[in-house]
Amino acid sequence: MPQNYVPIFLFMGVAFAIPAVTLVLFKLVRPENPHKTKLMPYECGITPLDDARGRYTVRFYIVAILFVVFDVETIFLLPWAVRFRWLGKFGLLEMGIFLGILIVGYIWIWKKGALEWV
Amino acid sequence: MIATADYIRILPEIVLTLFGLIVMFVDPLLPESRNVKPLGIIALIGSLGAVAASIYQMRYPGPAFWNFVVVDNFSIFFHLLVTIAAALVIMASFEYLRVQEIRAGEYFGLILFGTVGMALMSSAVELVLIFIALEISSISTYILAGFRRRDAGSVESSLKYFLLGSFATAFFLYGIALMFGATGSTDIPQIASALRLNGAPLLAYVAYALMFVGLGFKIASAPFHVWTPDVYEGAPSPVVAFMSTAPKMAVFAVLLRILFVTESPSLLAGSRPVWFWWVWGSAAVSMTLGNLGALVQNNVKRMLAYSAIAHAGYLLVAFAAAPEAGISAAMFYAASYTAMNLGAFIVVSHFANAGERYVTLDDYTGLGRRSPLLAMTLTIFLISLIGIPATAGFFAKFYVFSAALKANLVWLTIIAVVNSAIGAYYYLRVIVAMYMRDSTQEIPVMRVPAGVTATLLCSVAAVIYLGILPGRVLEFATRSAQSLLR
Amino acid sequence: MLHLILFSVFAVIAVAGALNLLVQRHPISSALSLIVVMGSLAVEYLLLGAEFVAAIQVIIYAGAIMVLFVFVIMLLNAGVEERTKGSKVALILGFPAMLVGGLLVAWVLLRAPNVGSVNVGAMYGPPKAIGWLLFHDFLLPFEVTSVLVLIAIMGAVVLASPVRSRFSRPQPEPERQALKAAAGTEPAHEETVTARRSS
Repeated sequence: MPQNYVPIFLFMGVAFAIPAVTLVLFKLVRPENPHKTKLMPYECGITPLDDARGRYTVRFYIVAILFVVFDVETIFLLPWAVRFRWLGKFGLLEMGIFLGILIVGYIWIWKKGALEWV
Repeated sequence: MIATADYIRILPEIVLTLFGLIVMFVDPLLPESRNVKPLGIIALIGSLGAVAASIYQMRYPGPAFWNFVVVDNFSIFFHLLVTIAAALVIMASFEYLRVQEIRAGEYFGLILFGTVGMALMSSAVELVLIFIALEISSISTYILAGFRRRDAGSVESSLKYFLLGSFATAFFLYGIALMFGATGSTDIPQIASALRLNGAPLLAYVAYALMFVGLGFKIASAPFHVWTPDVYEGAPSPVVAFMSTAPKMAVFAVLLRILFVTESPSLLAGSRPVWFWWVWGSAAVSMTLGNLGALVQNNVKRMLAYSAIAHAGYLLVAFAAAPEAGISAAMFYAASYTAMNLGAFIVVSHFANAGERYVTLDDYTGLGRRSPLLAMTLTIFLISLIGIPATAGFFAKFYVFSAALKANLVWLTIIAVVNSAIGAYYYLRVIVAMYMRDSTQEIPVMRVPAGVTATLLCSVAAVIYLGILPGRVLEFATRSAQSLLR
Repeated sequence: MLHLILFSVFAVIAVAGALNLLVQRHPISSALSLIVVMGSLAVEYLLLGAEFVAAIQVIIYAGAIMVLFVFVIMLLNAGVEERTKGSKVALILGFPAMLVGGLLVAWVLLRAPNVGSVNVGAMYGPPKAIGWLLFHDFLLPFEVTSVLVLIAIMGAVVLASPVRSRFSRPQPEPERQALKAAAGTEPAHEETVTARRSS
């Protein structure tokens, strides 16, 4: 089986090579005289007021974890879809139950206001 | 296609899931200040429906869903245990949720869904399904432990339980993988036959050890017990009442099934199973550490946590004992432990009041005078935990010890008896504080709400019934043991 | 032969990534090493013929879960980790113990009678085969997984949503602003900023 993936490996190799080659090449070619002001986050000369790494609100976390959860759900659709014809009505019912349970969860999140950005 | 009987064989799980979904559906429709009662009643109906479904299942024994679950006396026994425990805890939580301002929809939903996992654990005979069921029951208890969001201790308890628990689950999963490597199957009967054909390879030993690490954590047996006191102290008390009984007993069911069914040929031949010495050691260490730890506790929740470790040890003694008598003794112990521990924690939860303020031994002084009925109920649970005759705890210990003696485990029995004597001291300390010491502070006397009263009445009834007429339950357990070993 | 070489290369990359994860002291660097581990594991799955699992590994682990990781790191604003006495003990005791444990399991695995070496790429796990197993033999575990996912949803919402009391009114807006302002000017925070600027 993995023979079919040789193009992908080649592709990956090229993808990794491009940034590596460019970085090394430019390191060799470019002139280098660093200066404190030039290395600051805003090169236009504005002094940064605060650290870029501030604390984020926990809302991001809820969104992220809900994304993961529904991502997992979507993954299960793939093997079902490629076998759909063969699994037939029974397969449809199985998936219906699985999705039905999760949709109740989705409605619950929605109604609870967990998706609202207060 | 799947026959109707297959669906009946997972009927309790279906009922619980349905009612859990109804709770989730109704929850956002109700105002948050008045949703405890309606949601609680839905959850209670759901759990009682699951109890009824488990009884109904008795007429449909057999495998279902391509041999992933099996309904037999054993699974029905633990189904009843788990669903009844869930119903009792739901009943006792109404007032607690209102006082502590806990969101009711999620609370009842998680208890119902968690019970799905626990129920499935007792009937599943396939390791992958057992793993998923174990995860359902554990994750719901991790979350439930953190429900008192305003209290740092509760959040700590939840986080600690989650981190250590998922670490332990990974061990269990690794054990499953190695068992699959050793026998080529994740189906417990097939593992048994593969082990019988080829003998147990070294790999199977490692697999057993890893699975025992994972499950040993969940039942709080030494040396995987360190999380117990902190988690039990911080978690909401009704949740502790639940998680120290139902999920734990479900894991015991899994342990009984995995350890005894896979080793049934050698057990029936009278030889010692491969896991014998681990279980022996874990039982001895759990009893000793649990009882010694409980001696120095001043917080009643922590003390009961250490006592839970000790009781896990007593239960493991039954594992090491003669198979048939051992399994039935373990099952009887599981039932009586559930009744007495659940009751004790419900009393603690009611007495602790808003914010769980009154949990130390000093707070319990003079309780006998202030609310004599509550004190008497707690006394019954405590003397049952000691193992005094006419209570469930006595026969539970009696059957376990006699099963151990039947298998010539003299040393283990001696350790267990000595430990029971040590254990009596700290349980009696609470009773002495309640009746013989005078209170030094003003503690408000709370009216016992109806739900808590009902739960306590049921638990006391169970403790006394099992303590006076143990025959029927023991007979049922023996029949289950026979069906398990065959 | 090519498979074996690729397999070994990615195995080494995975282990190196995992070690780097432990050694790095900034959580973001650790998270990036974790992506390396996940990615090389995906390639290993692919080489073993588990195509579907490989795809999942990339989509879920290297994709979704890592996003979650990075979010959590930013959420906590976790800085460079400090080494304590405890973690040194773990280093001295834990690493040898891990090594011994790992070698023991490896030794047992190699000695196991009915565990032969599997030819790389001999197994076959495309989505179609998974679909057959998942929707036929493993139907019950699959359906039960939905309950597991539901619990995860509930848990996330319960534990991460802000605590609010039923009995206290919501804070008025100016007060909240004042609180936010007060939280922004922590002295420790200020110090780290200046320290980084001067360096």
